[in-house]
Amino acid sequence: MTNALADTPKTLYQKIWDSHVVLQKPDIPAILYIDRHLIHEVTSPQAFQGLRDRKLPMHRPDLVFGVVDHSIPTYDRSRPVEDPEAARQISQFEKNCEEFGVRYFGAHSDKQGIIHVIGPEQGLTLPGMTIVCGDSHTSTHGAFGALAFGIGTSEIEHVFATQCLLQQPSKTMEIRVEGKLSEHITAKDIILAIIGKIGIGGGTGYVLEYTGSAIRSLSMEGRMTLCNMSIEAGARAGMVAPDEVTFEYLKGKPFAPKDKAFDEAVAQWRQLTTDVGAKYDTVIELKAEDIEPMVTYGTNPGMAIGISKPLPTPDQMPTEDEKTELADALDYMKVEAAKPMAGTSVDVVFIGSCTNSRIEDLRDAAQIAKSRKVATSVRALVVPGSYNVKRQAEAEGLDKIFTDAGFEWREPGCSMCIAMNGDQIESGQLCASTSNRNFKGRQGPGGRTVLMSPAMAAAAAVTGKLVDVRKLS
Amino acid sequence: MAKFTTLTARCAPMNLNNIDTDQIIPARFLKGTSKVGLGDKLFHDWRYDASGNPRPEFALNQPQYKGAEVLVAPHNLGCGSSREHAPWAIKDFGFKAMIAISFADIFKNNSLKNQLLPIALPEPVVLKLLSDIEADATLSVSIDLPAQTVSIPNQGAFPFSIDPYRKKCLVDDLDDIGFTLSYLDTIKAFETTHEAYAIQ
Ligand code: SF4
Repeated sequence: MTNALADTPKTLYQKIWDSHVVLQKPDIPAILYIDRHLIHEVTSPQAFQGLRDRKLPMHRPDLVFGVVDHSIPTYDRSRPVEDPEAARQISQFEKNCEEFGVRYFGAHSDKQGIIHVIGPEQGLTLPGMTIVCGDSHTSTHGAFGALAFGIGTSEIEHVFATQCLLQQPSKTMEIRVEGKLSEHITAKDIILAIIGKIGIGGGTGYVLEYTGSAIRSLSMEGRMTLCNMSIEAGARAGMVAPDEVTFEYLKGKPFAPKDKAFDEAVAQWRQLTTDVGAKYDTVIELKAEDIEPMVTYGTNPGMAIGISKPLPTPDQMPTEDEKTELADALDYMKVEAAKPMAGTSVDVVFIGSCTNSRIEDLRDAAQIAKSRKVATSVRALVVPGSYNVKRQAEAEGLDKIFTDAGFEWREPGCSMCIAMNGDQIESGQLCASTSNRNFKGRQGPGGRTVLMSPAMAAAAAVTGKLVDVRKLS
Repeated sequence: MAKFTTLTARCAPMNLNNIDTDQIIPARFLKGTSKVGLGDKLFHDWRYDASGNPRPEFALNQPQYKGAEVLVAPHNLGCGSSREHAPWAIKDFGFKAMIAISFADIFKNNSLKNQLLPIALPEPVVLKLLSDIEADATLSVSIDLPAQTVSIPNQGAFPFSIDPYRKKCLVDDLDDIGFTLSYLDTIKAFETTHEAYAIQ
């Protein structure tokens, strides 16, 4: 390599990509090394079976980590899993991990939780890593300056067998958010504003890097919320360059390097920034001051708007397709064009999911729930992202605030985000949810989902309708 | 799986943008541990009403689209969840190829790994094809993967692009894992200098 090439400024993405290419030949995708492979019970069984059918060993079980999260019930864990299919899936997962020597947190572990909450809080997610999981919200881990993306089951099997993936490089998009966020505006509002702006296909083929003063001011929890929903813009991954906030968070985490090894790692991680002069393929800019509390109004996360703004009307849409699509979404959601979402009645409130179930999210929600009562017509539940989060919240007395207000306080898991475990809304019900997808029926057949931040969801719970949390007296 | 070279087949229209994988196969059907039999659940909540009866207005329930092997949709087909159950269900139902204006990233990758060919064509071509097959279900398209063209009645032949390696995998029914394992020594050599932080 010539000096000129070595000195070419690189984006964060390019640095991580370059340091993981095992082999690059013309006309075939790169063989990319994977540092961390996270697995859960829903997308991995067929991959384990594939390995058995091929009579192949797992190449690096010491880089794989598993947890049960999707189909696990959120009622008392000492009770058996009622749904026989879920029970079978969970026990099969535990057997698979045992057979191949993969570390995991099973149904009865006191560290269990959602995979994208567990990875970071256990220090399994580290800056500069390539991280994959058979789950689209793997983009969450990009918050640490890792290249993290979701894969399918065939690719899980490929990583099991080779610890590598065949990959083409992505384009890069900088999303710069400068300025100061106003009170009660969170990472969730930022990401909904971004997806509302670029659309759910706007990031297709790109890896996003979030930059700017508003992003730097976010905690690790906020950065995870932001990166988590990168996939909802169609992006392969989202990332934030690591800084002191990142290193502070990782210090002392169970699987993170310790003592001298940690200091050495930090010295390396400091190199993980986009060089001055490096070029992104696309740049998008937002002003933090312009962002208000966001909600979705339709049936995909791109249909997002400020709580007090009037909804678009189908005739404003440029194409016939978009007119039909919007009319169909408004009809499904039973909301009116040209009116704001504020004031819409809610039936269920769900605070949880890999987007917003970390300690800070629960603190935000508890601050609103404190000394208030859940409206009588509303069922509200809080599902912490992991047992660690749950214990921390209980130590701070947040559980008491929630239960006093009338919220259900559940055991950790994906729960009503995906409605696989029995936690679901009924047909026609409207759920104010801190999760990430408002697709038709995502939270139960016929159910209607409105996405928002934890504070906004708590405000909806105590008033029984969608409100601007800043206007709560 | 079988090699994919050419295919002449009828099409089924799914005329909606942004069809997400939760619609293709709802999450409650993901509790199985095998790949087969998912075709029954394809588009479940669109195909059946709340009491489980087929909705007559849904294309895949209509006799004229029975036996169609090409699924046609407009923008951003397969967005959302990374579940490979979506292409498994589409394949299991009997489809062998899909034509759309655009596909979501992970869905496209997953489809290619299951010998289910995603073909992206220009917007006007796809929109006209959709309205033509809605009017006449007997129309057949001809896909020639080695030549990378699709012939569409009333419109002509169109080239499409595909990653050369992916094309080779489909045409020769090559296996990714076998391919990468042929470089196992290179991977092991890489591992001797690469810090991956083993889980201890
Ligand atoms: S919480 Fe929801 S989005 Fe996150 S991993 Fe679980 S099911 Fe997927």
